[in-house]
Amino acid sequence: MTAEPVALPYDRPALAQALGADYEERLLAAHHWMTLARELDSRMLGLQRQGRIGFYGPATGQEAVSVAAGLASRPEDWIIPGLREQLIALVRGHSLARYVHHLFANDRDPARGRQMPCHPTAREVKYVSMSSVVGTQITHAVGIAYGLKLRKDTGVALAFFGDGATSANDFHAGLNFAAVLGLPVLFCLTNNQWAISVPVERQTHVKELAMKGGAYGIPSRRVDGTDFVACYATFAEGLEAARASPGPLLAEFLLYRMTPHSSSDDPSRYQAPDWMAQALAHDPVRRMEELLTRLGILSDAARTSVREEAARLVKEAVNEAESVGTPTPESMLTDVLATAPSPVAPRSEPA
Amino acid sequence: MTELTLVQAVNRGLQQAMHDDGDVILLGEDIGLNGGVFRATDGLQKEFGAERVIDTPLSETGIVGTAIGMALYGLKPVPEIQFQDFIYPAFDQIVSELAKFRYRSGGQYPCHVVIRAPYGGGVKGGLYHSQSAEAYFAHTAGLKVVIPSTPADAKGLLLSSIHDEDPVLFFEPKRIYRAVSGEVPEGDYRVPLGEARIAREGSDLSVFAYGAMVHPALQAAESLAESGPSVEVVDLRTLAPLDEKTVLASVEKTGRAVIVHEAPRFCGYGAELGSLFAEKALFSLKAPVVRVTGFDTPFPYALEHLYLPNAPRILHAIRETMAAG
Ligand SMILES: Cc1ncc(C[n+]2csc(CCOP(=O)(O)OP(=O)(O)O)c2C)c(N)n1
Ligand SMILES: [Mg+2]
Repeated sequence: MTAEPVALPYDRPALAQALGADYEERLLAAHHWMTLARELDSRMLGLQRQGRIGFYGPATGQEAVSVAAGLASRPEDWIIPGLREQLIALVRGHSLARYVHHLFANDRDPARGRQMPCHPTAREVKYVSMSSVVGTQITHAVGIAYGLKLRKDTGVALAFFGDGATSANDFHAGLNFAAVLGLPVLFCLTNNQWAISVPVERQTHVKELAMKGGAYGIPSRRVDGTDFVACYATFAEGLEAARASPGPLLAEFLLYRMTPHSSSDDPSRYQAPDWMAQALAHDPVRRMEELLTRLGILSDAARTSVREEAARLVKEAVNEAESVGTPTPESMLTDVLATAPSPVAPRSEPA
Repeated sequence: MTELTLVQAVNRGLQQAMHDDGDVILLGEDIGLNGGVFRATDGLQKEFGAERVIDTPLSETGIVGTAIGMALYGLKPVPEIQFQDFIYPAFDQIVSELAKFRYRSGGQYPCHVVIRAPYGGGVKGGLYHSQSAEAYFAHTAGLKVVIPSTPADAKGLLLSSIHDEDPVLFFEPKRIYRAVSGEVPEGDYRVPLGEARIAREGSDLSVFAYGAMVHPALQAAESLAESGPSVEVVDLRTLAPLDEKTVLASVEKTGRAVIVHEAPRFCGYGAELGSLFAEKALFSLKAPVVRVTGFDTPFPYALEHLYLPNAPRILHAIRETMAAG
């Protein structure tokens, strides 16, 4: 099924207003990252099917949000990711090579292959370590924001989570605490309309998830999450507001999940056939490319070379990662505690 | 030295830590103006301000999740859970997040939070103000579990916990918050984590206990001072990581072990000690290991005096063990 992209309606003056005078540069940077992310997703899903990596959770269709967050945030801001924000770490400067080492869970994964793929940690860009537990990170962002405010640090905590997570305990606790304590948190709700097989209408009885922010006294709005320009403006404005007078804000990014939930999922069991047509019409990468082409910012030749460059970067990182072995057995026993001796290996195992 | 009750010693420990280190932050329900329902944080908001002693909304996952975020940022949060019985809404945060941050991030995000919670029975608190939940946490890699039994240890272990680098669950025996008092050193007094204390020396049998149970164990041992046997009482103080050396040395010396805790027996902390003795001290044992514990039931209200181990039950176990070999 094919569908024409829903056009991004901007002209040059509108872009200058949303993105600043250097909007061309910003759009081209965003296009580079979105293209790289798309390449990474398709390559990694392929490698997973071949058994070369163990698992993969794509973010296809959600690139505009992550790239906008990465480009609009400052080094002093903290990223508290949900399930699909790995791209933000890359945009903020985490090296692609290190990330791919993590995907391969090899000895050069900064976390020694302890977590499933797509759970990177990148302290150097204030990208917090995530668990697989949906929602728990939301209150962590509140505590980080408490520190930011107490220390008069100009950073903001950006908390990401999906539509499914809005039903979890820490969503409610986190929004409530942040509002009561008046903390600089940007709650970034990536509503891709699915929680594995559960559609958003079965997740909530409210019309728009953004309404839930209102229950906690948090200014909230819904944004087209497949429109990079709208996403960027939302982050830029939200970050500035949170810096100026600490207090939380909530943005619901409306998205369309364009892939299975993960490499372990089969959406044909639960998705209507017309879902993909809708999703494709909102493909953020195609919408972006169509805009750039229409305004003469990106030529066909330039677009091809951006894609080739992305393919080359991913290929190089994969080749490098495949040449590195698995983590040493001893690495299983370290980092449990700082001060206690490592736990003892099971004694009945042969040496 | 000052004579203090156990809860006063906790208060002085918190005060000392907050005075010495501006990164120490307290948060919890009713801990500010009200000074905590047991008064453990009495006067601290007045002294250090509402920014460092935070009255939070009522959500334990919110309290612990927020404390975790504070620690990730670089503060040293000491959240209070009003009663250990209400820690379960935060269980996910403690087990899935707090315990695993260092490991899963390859050491990039250590997460040093000290969670204080009053625990245990003997206060007519029924099912939900009496529990001893230590085993759940001792079972989880990445956490330290500390339980003081004296005012001096309450202050000294608390200050060591706050100046440690790892997550600590600091469980306070509320039954003896005021019932026990003793001399407590002034200033930044620290008792190292991971070291058990020989509360009473003896040569014929070792009783292993912690928290409030140390006191009936000592009573039982004292009551035999004239007649014998000679009973050693080991106060574990840190349940995880366990001071295996001291514990094993005691059982190797006496050859007999009685283990006491308030929590139910099945898969309780005593099971770990029993296994340790079977694995590493079997040939020193002269008699089967005996456990004196709560029953495998929820914690009862009207009959808590029957549920809780006491000196007569411990004495009975000591006599049984001596008779067995
Ligand atoms: C607490 C918890 N329950 C269940 C799961 C299994 N699970 C993983 S992702 C997911 C759906 C999440 O949906 P959403 O929050 O919308 O995020 P999305 O996957 O759409 O990005 C579920 C049920 C989990 N990881 N954590
Ligand atoms: Mg979703």
